[in-house]
Amino acid sequence: MDLERFCAASKVVIVAGKGGVGKTTVTAALASAAAAAGMSVLIVEVEGKSGLAACFGEAPLTYEEAELRPNLRARTLTPDDALLEYLDDHGMRRISRRLSRSGALDVVATAVPGMRDILVLGKVKQLEKAGVADLIVLDAPAAGHAVSFLLSARGLLDAVKVGPVNRQAAEVVELLSDPRRCRVMLVTLPEETPVNELVDTAYAIEDRAGVALTPVVVNSCMPVLNGFSSDAGHARAQAAALAAHDRAHGPGIDADLAVALADAESFRAGVQERQAAQCVRLAQRLPLPQVRLPYLFTSELGPAGLDLLATELTAGIATLDDGLVP
Amino acid sequence: MPPRKQHSSLRDLVDHRHVLVCCGTGGVGKTTTAAALAIEGARRGRRTVVVTIDPAKRLANALGLDELSNTPKEIDRDRWDPTGTAPEGGRLFALMLDTEGTFDQLVAKYALSGEQAETILENRFYRNIAGALSGTQEYMAMEKLYELHDSDAFDLIVVDTPPTRHALDFLDAPKRLTRMLDNRVFRMLMVPASTAMRIGGFAATALLKTISRVVGTEVVDDVVAFFRAFEGMEQGFRDRASQVTELLGSTDTAFVLITSPRHDAVEEAEFFAERLVEGQYSVDALIVNRVHPRFTEESPDDLRARAADTTATSPALADRLRNLADFEAIARHERDELAGLEARVGDAPVTYVPELGRDVHDFAALHAVGAHLAGGG
Repeated sequence: MDLERFCAASKVVIVAGKGGVGKTTVTAALASAAAAAGMSVLIVEVEGKSGLAACFGEAPLTYEEAELRPNLRARTLTPDDALLEYLDDHGMRRISRRLSRSGALDVVATAVPGMRDILVLGKVKQLEKAGVADLIVLDAPAAGHAVSFLLSARGLLDAVKVGPVNRQAAEVVELLSDPRRCRVMLVTLPEETPVNELVDTAYAIEDRAGVALTPVVVNSCMPVLNGFSSDAGHARAQAAALAAHDRAHGPGIDADLAVALADAESFRAGVQERQAAQCVRLAQRLPLPQVRLPYLFTSELGPAGLDLLATELTAGIATLDDGLVP
Repeated sequence: MPPRKQHSSLRDLVDHRHVLVCCGTGGVGKTTTAAALAIEGARRGRRTVVVTIDPAKRLANALGLDELSNTPKEIDRDRWDPTGTAPEGGRLFALMLDTEGTFDQLVAKYALSGEQAETILENRFYRNIAGALSGTQEYMAMEKLYELHDSDAFDLIVVDTPPTRHALDFLDAPKRLTRMLDNRVFRMLMVPASTAMRIGGFAATALLKTISRVVGTEVVDDVVAFFRAFEGMEQGFRDRASQVTELLGSTDTAFVLITSPRHDAVEEAEFFAERLVEGQYSVDALIVNRVHPRFTEESPDDLRARAADTTATSPALADRLRNLADFEAIARHERDELAGLEARVGDAPVTYVPELGRDVHDFAALHAVGAHLAGGG
């Protein structure tokens, strides 16, 4: 399926996953891929982290939209900002700062669990309705918080039976439960614990929160090099033979380097094998297609790496079946 | 300001400190590291307990923790000392923090009567605080730490901290919660006895009316009922908060900062180190998990140049040269990332745990990590 069709399936995509799996990376890659395909895109970041802007090589985001690339804007949407804006919009501008300063807001937010989440999602819904972009990509809070984040609207409908908060919650539930408006993209690593948690989160989101899922993204997959052996002894013998052959043709590769080549080879092959096994396990436990993104051998994602991931994501989505879009 | 601690090796900390607080951002292997340090403590002959927070299922199973628990559960010696070589006194206990249960106990402890405790425990607003309020988990982790310390039952307490956005929220958590319990606006409603209070009370009532309009009166009634029921207990909570702060600042306590070599994790760790120092604590050890192995001293650029030269004659060799270049490049990136953080933690010992390429969740693997950590000398 081509990327445009994939992205056009719902205006809001919520990217979710456990801390450290690369949720922010995938948010950025999806947004750049869509923008490169000519869609107007808005990234919404809810935790006030600096990582997202950094991978575009830009200064940290603020509550005001900033243009990161052509067609691509981004902003933060923290619950505190959203609450102040909500109060301002509901004729309480005069007391909103005072409420905030006195700490009464904390008390209210605690009295109504999910209040903060609903404010963020309510604002996203407002942005969606206003048609501010073709695609809104939301970098969700880390899971298991992701599940409670998505469940809070339903919970609030029971807790607050009247008034504007109830209306807001009802509208958010409507947004979340309509796969033509909103889907969740789950991200994981090809490792045992993240795979287990992804499976649990996926079922919780579909069954309890009733939100549709896109194919899952398996991040940081070691690109496969064929002919590599995970058997250290075999790798060393092979590297020694290759080095001997090479020496016959020129200055060549000494014995130490041959050992280093072999050890790096078997290390990589070992990782490849374990990751492949985890992808298989994920496929067995969760009947959702997988899109894999490569590991980039860098400790910090910059604009060049991001472009590469966006290209890979586009290519990965291109291999998906058209029937996946509702 | 507490007396500065002598910097000693990680092994010394495991051998001699009373409390190890493991802190760091989410996804860096904090819980696993805490478990590994605790096993090492037991294996070195100390009566040890580890307080875990939301461990992955396999790790919890390995520790024999099937559910949240409020009391430490002893782990069979056979499991953490299969060779029977650990000194006699070594024992290992584990506990999976039950935030709500711990809070309930605290309420029961400070309530002036059983009736007061019951009213609070049944209040919906209280249940929200106990179950969902961000900061409660941090607070209760510290509360549990204090309780275990106070029980005098353990030589070594290793405590994991929740994976909060800012990894050091737990330092402020007790204060933040007491501040909320002290909230002025709501407090004014409780005792509208004097004239002065009544004036304040009117303003507060107006505010509450506004809040009721937004969230409904039911919610506000719960809140008011809670603050009314809580009357008289704040002092107990405040005292406890300062006891916890004192324990954290004592020379018996060591802070172990855990990170991965990834840029964002290192950035958080630097921020954390800064905040610890601001709070007059110190980083007593730095553990860097999942560091890539180094296979060579050759530079990635040289290796890539050689790969380009051999592509035509031996593509298989070129692949291996490029692969080696990739691993050396990431290892160098990681080293650069960590240089600033290492400088920031001063003399504290730094331990690298190599990327094992697999999960650590059984005793053999945990022991291997623990031995590696303590082996740093």
